[in-house]
Amino acid sequence: MARNGGVAWMRTTEKIDGYDLSTSDTEEVHVLAVDDSLVDRKVIERLLRISSCKVTAVDSGRRALQYLGLDEEIQKKETNGFDGLKVDLIITDYCMPGMTGYELLKKVKESSAFREIPVVIMSSENVIARIDRCLEEGAEDFIVKPVKLSDVKRIIDYTTTELREGEQREGARARRRGINKRKQREGDDDLSSSPPSTLSSSTSSSPSSSIQSATAPLSPSTLDSPTRRLKMTSSE
Amino acid sequence: MDLVQLQRQLVDYRTSLYHEGFLDEQFTQLQSLQDENNPDFVVEVVSLFFEDSERLLNELSKALEQQVIDFKRMDAQVHQLKGSSSSIGAHRVQKLCIVFRNYCEAQNVEGCLKCLQQVKHEYGIIKTKLESMFQLEQQILNAGGSIPV
Repeated sequence: MARNGGVAWMRTTEKIDGYDLSTSDTEEVHVLAVDDSLVDRKVIERLLRISSCKVTAVDSGRRALQYLGLDEEIQKKETNGFDGLKVDLIITDYCMPGMTGYELLKKVKESSAFREIPVVIMSSENVIARIDRCLEEGAEDFIVKPVKLSDVKRIIDYTTTELREGEQREGARARRRGINKRKQREGDDDLSSSPPSTLSSSTSSSPSSSIQSATAPLSPSTLDSPTRRLKMTSSE
Repeated sequence: MDLVQLQRQLVDYRTSLYHEGFLDEQFTQLQSLQDENNPDFVVEVVSLFFEDSERLLNELSKALEQQVIDFKRMDAQVHQLKGSSSSIGAHRVQKLCIVFRNYCEAQNVEGCLKCLQQVKHEYGIIKTKLESMFQLEQQILNAGGSIPV
């Protein structure tokens, strides 16, 4: 199989076989869960694992920043994450001693390296002013506790869609650079087809304005289609 | 008691806990997260809840014995207890915590003392009931049966 030089679009794995992205098991979302409550950490961890996510659970905003490598008091080169795994989503409690979830949200959104990571806030208090403040600061969503599986699934669903679209945009850029002409031809074919309903429905429910379905040359379902997989495989 | 009777007893017991408002649908959520690969999930979460609650209730007792009562700190502790009881579906404890927080906010010592007693009482009840329920589940498993949903 020819190696694709456009490794920029391989997010977590070192495999050059990009077709793995079409299956959800290799495309595991890595979630950083932040909550000072031991009970809630255990529950959110289970909810996320059931939703096929990798989970790192920490008990404070400070620990979350340390994990990301954003803690000013610890040199970035010392931390670089506990295990170096890229974080795809942060889910944090609002009310925490020390740094609140809101303060954590602000720090993440102020950082050039991490501002793209969606941040979801959880709170037992359904206060409109609080929700608005968080959304204004760039929170992806706000979950009222107690957290249910349906809440987590909804969030993971549109996070996964956004990630795939992000990779497709990067993949599209790589193709436009003429790294793999065959893929580019097939990419062009897909540009002409309309996006599937799953993509557009996810797009409309997501508050993120960064999704542009019109420019995404590949939709998740065309990547998923066995015909496409076979086509790509056999010509390698 | 035979297996079928045990299973029936468990279902009846569980149902009564919901009907009497000891547990709410969040407990059902937790049960749905348990499976053959994670058979002890509910027991583990509830055990954490017991540890957490006992610690908080002790701290609240001590706080109310002080010369100068730190209502703000107490409020934060009741908030934690409210959170964890809500997360496991311990409905009555959660509801009492809401009342307790109001007294903390109002800096009403008598109200807080009364509430603390009530919370301790309700906590004791739900602890006993959940432990009984887990024992019943274990009896069923030991008898080679499966726990009815």
